[in-house]
Amino acid sequence: MKIDSIDLGILELIQGDLPLQSQPFAELSEQLGIDVDEILVRIARMREEGTLRRWGAVLRHQQAGFTANAMVAWKVDPAEAYQAGHKMAEFPEVSHCYLRQVPATFPYNLFTMIHARKDVKLHEVIARAANETGLNDYLIIKSLKEFKKASMKYV
Amino acid sequence: MPALDSIDRQILNLLQNDFPVAAQPFKIMAERMGISEGEVLSRIGSMKSAGLIRRIGGIMDTRSLGYYSTLCTAMVPDSRVDEAAEAINRLPGVTHNYLRDHDYNLWFTLTVPTREEADRILTELESELGVEIVSMPAEKVFKIRVNFDMETNDED
Repeated sequence: MKIDSIDLGILELIQGDLPLQSQPFAELSEQLGIDVDEILVRIARMREEGTLRRWGAVLRHQQAGFTANAMVAWKVDPAEAYQAGHKMAEFPEVSHCYLRQVPATFPYNLFTMIHARKDVKLHEVIARAANETGLNDYLIIKSLKEFKKASMKYV
Repeated sequence: MPALDSIDRQILNLLQNDFPVAAQPFKIMAERMGISEGEVLSRIGSMKSAGLIRRIGGIMDTRSLGYYSTLCTAMVPDSRVDEAAEAINRLPGVTHNYLRDHDYNLWFTLTVPTREEADRILTELESELGVEIVSMPAEKVFKIRVNFDMETNDED
């Protein structure tokens, strides 16, 4: 992605919080001296190119009722990792699924973040994921305290 | 805030899944829902004040922008957890930092322009804290989709 000064202005706005008003791009349009349409074209292009991964609201999931959350780390043979990863990804309750390089002291290489409204449901999803992937060696690592949670700001 | 009603839930799903790229996005949402733009804005305002909506905007893709990102963990003695967490929170590029229920008890994500910068930051952090930091960069991303379905009832 080639970034010019207009893109920088747009990035600054959209990585923050859009003003909650009828025309949220009006102020930026004045600041940058370009039409709102030009801003929209650039945002649409970023979405198409994939540099803008997500567009819309970011919720605080605890407040939204998703209070049963866990990081589950699974031990998977590299040869089976892709199949297992794609199966995990199909679960709507799985928000993140990554295969990671891990050290010998922590041989659980497939990471998932799982969210549910109730503990019972969370554990049911984990059991189903284990069953469907055949991965039976895993750790449910719950968070005890949140020290930081923020959206990354690039550039 | 009072319990969410079906209109709030519909707004939350639209905001997460189908927020228009348009000059007047809230007006388009209102038209789709058959309510006024003012009502959409005021309901969103309430849900922001209540802390349910963190923000409305975009999330850029780490990899498309060429950034290096890694999940890090360390075993920190209980008595030093707060101190370590503060030191980690101060680092630019740390977006998530949690105490978790495992011998590896501190977990954080680091996102920086280059791998070299990540290595340098983590080496400095190791010497500051006197503990080993384990870095686990992703080899393959199968899914990132942080959407919460607010309309499906999964109470069963």
